Order: sequence, then structure tokens, then C-alpha cells
Amino acid sequence: MLKVTITRREVFKAGGAVACGAVLPLQAHALGQMETAIRRVVGEAEIRKGKVTLDLPPLVENGNTVPLTVSVDSPMTKDNYVKAIHVFNEKNPQANVISAQLSPRAGKAAISTRIRLAGTQKLMAVAEMSDGSYWSDTQEVIVTLAACLEDLI
Amino acid sequence: MAEIKPRIKLDRKEAKKGDLVEVKALVQHIMETGQRKDAQGQTIPRKILNRFTCTVAGKQVFAADFEPAVSANPYIQFKFKATESGPVVLTWTDDDGSKIVGEEKITVT
Repeated sequence: MLKVTITRREVFKAGGAVACGAVLPLQAHALGQMETAIRRVVGEAEIRKGKVTLDLPPLVENGNTVPLTVSVDSPMTKDNYVKAIHVFNEKNPQANVISAQLSPRAGKAAISTRIRLAGTQKLMAVAEMSDGSYWSDTQEVIVTLAACLEDLI
Repeated sequence: MAEIKPRIKLDRKEAKKGDLVEVKALVQHIMETGQRKDAQGQTIPRKILNRFTCTVAGKQVFAADFEPAVSANPYIQFKFKATESGPVVLTWTDDDGSKIVGEEKITVT
């Protein structure tokens, strides 16, 4: 009979492999989630950095209400205005946060709201211009008390 | 549910043509995400205000789609350019189709 000996070292190796295998897809999922959500909205268009300012506190104590302001540098005239502002997150159960539709009648492309964040993560604001171009800004937020968690008993 | 009265504030009631008017609005709503579970482990169904629109004198100036990531008692702040006098109507639409409506007036001189 073949005797199978498993050393302590092998057990750790196997355990490590399992752990990595479990962690990697999770990360890929988290990154992919925001990317997928963004692509669903903007399609294949190129997203350039700039023009958009995403304003958030860098350190948030309560993830249940995080103040957020997005402003876009645009003259808001009939020929050159911001059509829409979309905000995405990286780690909430759902990647979309808010989508606002604007028109030249808005006068200024600036919106504020309060959002929920499930933990420290990246946020991205994408502005869709009337000429079809997309501009973005990314911010990192540290959240000490995450939303969504207190009820997962 | 009892009638919900949104709190709406315009930074001015009277404006000159072309002025920017800032709107701040707060409405009471649980914004249940559909992610939480109750004590029995049952998922609490989603119930959020998913759509917000603002019309001035009957024309839409701003609209937004809310996702579950928007906080309870959603707050929204935006601007519009004063072009004509009339009612400023803010409407929030619930997942169940019911609407919460608030109204203010703007006078453009």
C-alpha cells in the first residue's frame, strides 16, 4: 500500500494556495465591478482625466452618510454643456451610486448629495459632455465605520 | 405611510434673469438597500427613491437616478439658471411607484 505522508510544511503550502485562490478572484471581482459598471454607462468611449472635481472628506467616520460633491468645469452653454454626471464606487455591493442628468439650464454643473460607503475604497466621478467626450476624477476615501455591515449578523 | 413633506430651500426667492439659483432638498425616506437582513435572516426588500426630477415652470432642469448607495433621507443640492418665473417642482419616485412632491416658487425679474 502506498503510504501518503503529509508534512506540516505541505499543509501550509496547500493552505496558502487555497487562501490565495480565494482572495484573488475577490479582488478581481471588486475591481471589475466598478469597471463593468462604468463600461455599461459609457460604452467603449475613452475616459480622460480632468475637468471633473470629486470632493469627499479623505477620512470618514460613518460610512452611512458621506457628503459628496461633484463639480465639472464647463461653460454650460447650448453647444458645450455637461449632459450627465455618474458616480461609481469600488466596494459597495452595487457599483453605481448616482447618475444625474443635466442640461444647459442647470447653469453650473455642480451637485452634492450624501452616500453610503461599505468600507475604505476608491470612488470615481465621470462626466458626459455634450460633445460626447468623457472626463473623470478619482478619489480615495478611508471609512472607519462601514455602511451595510452593522446588520450582517 | 403618512404624507412626507420634503424640505426644500432655494437660496433666493427672487432672481434676475440669468442668475444661478441653488436648490437644497432633503426628504425623509429609509432608502432600504435590499442588502440588509432582519433578525430572522430574511432579506429586507429594497425600497428606495430611485428617481428625482426638478422642473421649473414646467420644464425639466435637473434629474437624477438614485441607487441604493444613496444615504437614507436623501439630500440633493444642485443649481439652475433663472429664466422665467414659476413653480419649482421637485419629485421623488419610490420603487413602489408612489411619488413625493414638493414645491417652491421662483420669481424672475
